[in-house]
Amino acid sequence: MEGNMNLSLKVWRQKNANSEGNFQQYDVKGISEDMSFLEMFDVLNERLINEGETPVAFDHDCREGICGMCSMYINGEPHGPNKGVTTCQLHMRSFKSGDTITVEPWRAKAFPIVKDLAVNRSAFDRIMAAGGYVSVNTGNAQDANSLPIPKDNADDAFAAAACIGCGACVAACKNASAMLFTSAKISQLSLLPQGQAERTIRAENMVAQMDIEGFGACTNTGACEAECPKGISLENIARMNREYYGAVLSSK
Amino acid sequence: MSWVTKTLTSSLGRKLLMAITGLSLIAFLVVHCGINACIFLNDGGETFNEAAEFMAHNWLIRASEVGLMLGFLIHIVDGLMLWKSNSEKRPVKYAVVKGEANSTWYSRSMGLLGTLLLIFLIIHLRHFWVVSRFTDVITSGEKTLYAEMLEVFQNPIVVVVYVFGCISLGYHLLHGFQSAFQTMGWNHPKYTPFIKSLGTGFSIIVSIIFAAMPIAMHFGWVA
Repeated sequence: MEGNMNLSLKVWRQKNANSEGNFQQYDVKGISEDMSFLEMFDVLNERLINEGETPVAFDHDCREGICGMCSMYINGEPHGPNKGVTTCQLHMRSFKSGDTITVEPWRAKAFPIVKDLAVNRSAFDRIMAAGGYVSVNTGNAQDANSLPIPKDNADDAFAAAACIGCGACVAACKNASAMLFTSAKISQLSLLPQGQAERTIRAENMVAQMDIEGFGACTNTGACEAECPKGISLENIARMNREYYGAVLSSK
Repeated sequence: MSWVTKTLTSSLGRKLLMAITGLSLIAFLVVHCGINACIFLNDGGETFNEAAEFMAHNWLIRASEVGLMLGFLIHIVDGLMLWKSNSEKRPVKYAVVKGEANSTWYSRSMGLLGTLLLIFLIIHLRHFWVVSRFTDVITSGEKTLYAEMLEVFQNPIVVVVYVFGCISLGYHLLHGFQSAFQTMGWNHPKYTPFIKSLGTGFSIIVSIIFAAMPIAMHFGWVA
């Protein structure tokens, strides 16, 4: 896939979590406008490997916008300039030949850098482990529709469950707050009947874990919602707040 | 740690304190702005002085003044603590940040706007509150509060400081008003648009009325 775009990349290079990082400039030539941003990095990495240099480390997996692995902070915005897309779904036609593009990792105390552009997002897993589940210990899966749920509730729960846990909300937030993520995960359960039993402890435990992990508080700037590739709404944060106040008042 | 302390020191609890005290301070602004707007009646400050007299001597008002002080104190201390702790959550800053792509500048600058307001508040309290509560200038009948205002606002630097204070207040409220409701969990398609419009209108009107006072007095538009 040859093209005619020439770009200048300023990429954050950092050997490991403990070493000092810095920006390296790379000129990439012959990029097609139909390539995804990650494919453009593949071209760069192929060249670096051929030249005997260490390729740029970055997270990726499905490359179709649903896994939540890719995580580049491009020209001052998580997942780049387009709304509602992940980095893998960002195409080079969104840039112009001759552009200089600055690419940084997610920056947050709770997301330590593993290498280059790859960060450790296991803090999200620990928030989930603190309460983002329903305890159903026995029996087979129920038949579909054996538990009737109104369409509106199902839709709202599904909209919250669309969160892929990529961490763009944390990357976009000036406080590196994880409230959009945590609230989406609390919402998807609290909106459904299956989530009611553990409702009084879920929000309390997940918020406590979020604080332990070192994420910031919420200033309601709305940057997370604007940058979220899955369009997770700020309404979820308001719901989490209600769930939390309710939980601390009613938990035993 | 008791559950109350634990809740109020969590990230959500601290924000709840900001929201509750913030809304109380908004309620105070309504009263403050309403009484001060009496100077525009152009009756030589007669109505305004009467209202000021009432506020200074009514026991219920004086008692709630303690609550107001507490509200200010919690809002300021908690706000500064949040500002500090939030700023530590990203130890290595981004080289490029395109903030305007996803949020308003004033929503990202609440700590800065709040600090400007704190400086303004100290100047403002020194000008009027200290004089009316801790000296006998007003109570002895030597001067009315209105006369004191006229005198203070003769200084153009003071007028400029007050106008800047009001601009900071306007932007602080523009984000703070609706943000407080979101923090308390009040986000609903039925009333959130109304809260947002009300907040915008309130912030603009209140800051304009407040800013108009030093300007009008300085240029002698009110007697």
